[in-house]
Amino acid sequence: MDAAIVVRGLGKSYAGQAVVDDVELTIERGECFALLGPNGAGKTTTVEILEGFRHRDAGEVTVLGIDPARGDRNWRAQVGVVGQSVGAPLDLSVREMLDHFAAYHAQPRSTDDLLTAVGLTDAARTRIPNLSGGQRRRLDVALGVQGRPEVLFLDEPTTGLDPAARRQFWALITNLRAAGTTILLTTHYLDEAAHLADRVAVIARGRLLDVATPDALGRTLRLAVTVRWTDEGGRHEVSTRTPTATVREILASVPTGEVPDLAVYRPSLEDVYLAMLEHTE
Amino acid sequence: MTTTPSTPPPALRIGRARAKLELILFFREPAQVIFSFAYPVLMMLIFASVFRNETVAGGVTYKQYFLAGIAATGIMLASFQALGIRIALERDNGELGRLQALGTPPVAYFLGKAAQVLATSTLQLISLLLVARFAFDVSMPIDTAHWLTFAWVAVLGSLSGMVLGVAVSLLPHQGRSADTVVASIALVLQFFSGVFFVFSRLPAWMRDVAAVFPLKWLTQGMRSAFLPDAAKHAEVSGSWQHGWTAAVLVAWIVVGLAVCARSFRWRSSD
Repeated sequence: MDAAIVVRGLGKSYAGQAVVDDVELTIERGECFALLGPNGAGKTTTVEILEGFRHRDAGEVTVLGIDPARGDRNWRAQVGVVGQSVGAPLDLSVREMLDHFAAYHAQPRSTDDLLTAVGLTDAARTRIPNLSGGQRRRLDVALGVQGRPEVLFLDEPTTGLDPAARRQFWALITNLRAAGTTILLTTHYLDEAAHLADRVAVIARGRLLDVATPDALGRTLRLAVTVRWTDEGGRHEVSTRTPTATVREILASVPTGEVPDLAVYRPSLEDVYLAMLEHTE
Repeated sequence: MTTTPSTPPPALRIGRARAKLELILFFREPAQVIFSFAYPVLMMLIFASVFRNETVAGGVTYKQYFLAGIAATGIMLASFQALGIRIALERDNGELGRLQALGTPPVAYFLGKAAQVLATSTLQLISLLLVARFAFDVSMPIDTAHWLTFAWVAVLGSLSGMVLGVAVSLLPHQGRSADTVVASIALVLQFFSGVFFVFSRLPAWMRDVAAVFPLKWLTQGMRSAFLPDAAKHAEVSGSWQHGWTAAVLVAWIVVGLAVCARSFRWRSSD
C-alpha cells in the first residue's frame, strides 16, 4: 500500500528567507512520526502545508495519495487536524461542543466514546472556558479524531501542559496509535518524540538533520564516548570511539588503587540532539 | 484497513447545526445581546424624548420619521456591523481555521450567520416597534400592504448588510482593528443616510454619497412603510422609489455574493 505521507524536495520561504528547505519525508500508514525541533525550525509550516492550509514554493507532497493543495471534502474527511490555535474557547459545555461537531462528519464517533477516550467524561458538563489547559488540548484531540481520520496531525499538542497532563496526553496518543491511526506530531520535547514516535525527524532552520528511530537517532554522534579521570597532571577528558582501549591505558598507568574521578559517559539522546542543533548554528 | 470513505454530510445539515450553535453562542454573550437590542431602542428613547413635539416636512412627527431610520439602522448593525466584526475576529483567532480543517462548506458557515442575524434582527425590530408604539404612540404601518413593504425592505436590507459584512471582514486589517473600521463605516453611513437628520435637508453631496450604499435605501423603504403616503412628496424625488430601492439592494446582494464567493478566506495569511 502507498505511504500515508510523501514529501519530496519541499520548500517554502517568506520574504526571501527559507523556512522549509528541501525536506524529504516518507511516513508509512499506521506509523507514529515525530517532527522534532526548536521553535522556528519550520515544523508548523511543514505541517500546515501537509494539511493544505499553506502554499508551498517547491516540491511534491501527497497525503493519502492526494496533493493537499487540491484536497477536497472527501480528502479532508480522512485527515484529522489538531492545530496550535483553534479559536477562542466557545461558551459551550464539552458535550455540547462534541455533539455540535458530530454534524460535520459522515460517521462520527459517539460523544460518549470520545469522552471516555480522552478522559473527559467527568468534565462533560463543564463549559470550555472553565477547562484546564490539558483538558482543552484533550478536547481538541477528541474533535480531531471525531470523524475517524486515517491521518492525524498534532501540532505541538503538549506545549504548555504540566508534566502530569503531558503523561496523560501521551497515553491518549499511544491508544490512537494502537488503533492504527497514522500520526504526525510536532514537538520541541525530545522525550516526547522518543516516547511516542516510531521514527523521529530532527528539523532545524527548515532543514532535516536526521530521520531515524529514537534508538538510532544520531548514531554517528553517539559513537563518541567521553572518558574522564584525574591524575597528577590534573583533570582529563577524552572523547573516543574506543573507550575500552582508553580505559586500559589509564589502568596501566595506575597499577594499584582507584583512579580518581574515573567516569565513562555515553551521550544521552538529549546530548545528541543538542549537538545536532549546535552543528546548524 | 481501507474503508470506503463515506460522503460528507450535505452543507444544509451542517448549516442547520451551525444556525443552532450561533444562536446559543449569541444568547450566552450578554454584552452582545444587550448592545444589539439596546442600541436602536435607546436611540429611540433619547431622540423621541428630546424631539417629542417636533414635526418634519409633510406633517410627519420627528419621532415617526426617526423610527423608520432607526429601524433601518438596527437592521444594518445586526447584519453588516455584527458580521463584519465577528467574522474578522473568528478568522483571527483560528475559529475559521478549525472549520476549514473539517472541510466545512463556506455556505454552511454563512447559513449559520444568516440565521443568527435574522433571528436577532427580528427580535430587535419587535422590541423597537413595541417601545415606539406604546411608549411614544408612533403609528405602525397602516395596512397589510405597508407591512409587506416593511417585510421586503427589512429582508433585502438585512441580506445586503450580511454580504457586505462578510465582504468588509475581508479587508486587510488586523482582527483587533476590525471593530473600529466597521463601526466607523456604519456610523458615517447613519449620518449620511437620513437616520438622525431629515434626508432631504442634507447637502446634495452627502445625499449622493449615501445613495450609493444600501442604508439610504433601507431608511427610505422604511419611511414608505411607516409614514403616511402624502409624506412621499417631501422626499427628494417626490416618490418612495420602490423600484430603485429593490434594484439597489439586490445589486448589492449580487455584487456582495460574487465578491464573497471569489475572495472568502478561512485564514488571514498563507
